[in-house]
Amino acid sequence: MSRDAVLSAVNLTRHYQIKGGPFSRPATVKALNEATFELYPGQTLAVVGESGCGKSTLARVLTMIEPPTSGKLTISGHEVSLKEGQRPPAALRREVQIIFQNPYGSLNPRKTVATMLEEPLKLNRKEMSAAARREAALEMIAKVGLRPEHADRYPHMFSGGQRQRIAIARALMLNPKILVLDEPVSALDLSIQAQVLNLLADLQEEFGLAYVFISHDLSVVRRIADDVIVMYFGQPVETGPAEEVFTTPRHPYTQALFSATPVADPNRRRERVHLKGEPPSPLAPPPGCPFAPRCHLATDACTQDDPPLERVDDRVEVACIHVDQAMARYARAG
Amino acid sequence: MALLDIEGLSVRFKTSSGLFAAVEGVDINVDRGEVWSIVGESGSGKSVSMLATMGLLPWTAQVTADKMAFDGQDLQQLSSRQRRRIVGGEMSMIFQEPMSSLNPCFTVGTQIDEMIKQHLGGSRKERHERALDLLAQVGIPDPARRIKAYPHQMSGGMSQRVMIAMAISCNPRLLIADEPTTALDVTIQAQILELLLRLQEDTGMALILITHDMGVVAETAKHVVVQYAGRQVEKQDVKSLFANPRHPYTEALLSALPERAGDQDRLPTIPGVVPGQHDRPSGCLFNPRCRYATEHCREVEPVPAPDDPARTLCHYPLEDGVSPSPAAAGVARDNPQSSPHREVRP
Repeated sequence: MSRDAVLSAVNLTRHYQIKGGPFSRPATVKALNEATFELYPGQTLAVVGESGCGKSTLARVLTMIEPPTSGKLTISGHEVSLKEGQRPPAALRREVQIIFQNPYGSLNPRKTVATMLEEPLKLNRKEMSAAARREAALEMIAKVGLRPEHADRYPHMFSGGQRQRIAIARALMLNPKILVLDEPVSALDLSIQAQVLNLLADLQEEFGLAYVFISHDLSVVRRIADDVIVMYFGQPVETGPAEEVFTTPRHPYTQALFSATPVADPNRRRERVHLKGEPPSPLAPPPGCPFAPRCHLATDACTQDDPPLERVDDRVEVACIHVDQAMARYARAG
Repeated sequence: MALLDIEGLSVRFKTSSGLFAAVEGVDINVDRGEVWSIVGESGSGKSVSMLATMGLLPWTAQVTADKMAFDGQDLQQLSSRQRRRIVGGEMSMIFQEPMSSLNPCFTVGTQIDEMIKQHLGGSRKERHERALDLLAQVGIPDPARRIKAYPHQMSGGMSQRVMIAMAISCNPRLLIADEPTTALDVTIQAQILELLLRLQEDTGMALILITHDMGVVAETAKHVVVQYAGRQVEKQDVKSLFANPRHPYTEALLSALPERAGDQDRLPTIPGVVPGQHDRPSGCLFNPRCRYATEHCREVEPVPAPDDPARTLCHYPLEDGVSPSPAAAGVARDNPQSSPHREVRP
């Protein structure tokens, strides 16, 4: 791509140390392993996977809430190099904002909407007058589809969808370039979910925002993503353009994930790629490929080495040594 | 005779601001071996109607029904002792949060044993054998070891399997599953749904699946009840529901599904929100959000037409995707997806 990436990550890794107790040894949890990707303005990168696959850890690293253990994170051309406990520069923090899954927990119940929206300006734009702040807040309230009289209300007076709009408004107050959306619509009802997704699409067009969209809902991801990263057990197993990944999933895990997702069409009966068992414990990772214990194609070779991501197509990368077999099998299953 | 026969079920809760009708006018007839689904958004009363059937609601709830019979027995006439014998035995239920529906203080073996002891009896050894059998039946590896495990030692999927084992321990004839997979990952969800359907087929019990996920409905149920704001808005078999929804709400809900939206730039949405306790509109409850609503809809509460098998709660039920409502002239006819509601203001 010729355009400049607004965010790029190279081998981004985050490990957590677990202290040993009287009955347990200290351990390392590899929550995120070697994630590499680029994000462009106006584009949506979706991160999909099941719970415990490192999606939210990735969100915390990208928003600089936590420093990566290793790897390189570049935001708007500035490399973020952080030591544990160090605060990232304010200018960079303004560029990346986050929206959380639960709009009930992420808004302060004691602050009115206007106060919440004005707070980032108060801290970051000290030169702004109170009247200007108020005006900016009201403008944003209108942008996210709320009414001016909502400005002086408290979070408990709103429904889930409205609260998510408030959270979106708050994130946009400082004109960020990147929005990290951590399961933004999974707590919402279907009819409200569509409203919020449309709002996000409108805002992306208007401000040229880059989205990192973290979700486990594949039908939503298919709809809005430009690129997809499929993660399993802390590492990307398949990355590529959304359309390509969705039409021809190549990694056995991606295939299993897609075929496990219920489709709202009672006439469709498809052969399921069966998935045995459950994801492994992060404290006792299996040898070799972490997906091998659940994979129907696993051989002895899979338990030897953890396969790296390899380019199998123009733009698709897959971490599996049996890609060809997996694809042939998937094509047969239809 | 239907296994579960409910007509005109209403549940009202006493609240500080008067009676609140959480469920009104729900009819459901489940035959032996049928798989039903009750679908609706939060606040649609889908759980409450089934909890009322099970008799699990608190005393603040007033449950009334024209008819509420299980296998010919009138549930409203039974003494609570007689009812206890049916609930958990012949009719059982599993819940959304497997982690919080098991008692953390006892091993899963003890909890399964309690069920069997209560309803089937038998010696301690027989009950233990039965519990091991059940754990194997629901696909828990190494039952002999797992039977001694506490709930916190198990994952969400495993806990839900234990819940299912408890629910089927007394060979129920009706199993009600209230959002059994909502808290689980999709690959685990697929396993659990497959397990429920397999058990249903093997034992011939009837299954009622409460869910908000249209995908789950499409892949599991044969018959579907759609609820909105406590009312049953329509009842159809699954294929005709997805092909020809009768109620405008169902139509709008289906077209809001991302996978059915096709190549359009934006998703069709349903404007507004589900009405709460204090903002219930007059007339049809869906009228403020309905694109076919007329003055008549805003004033008069609809009743299902007597000759309508789907019992559509609408003045103008859709026929093959076309609304006979006078207000429908303005909206595109055959294809609801071609005129997305762009209004986002709540």
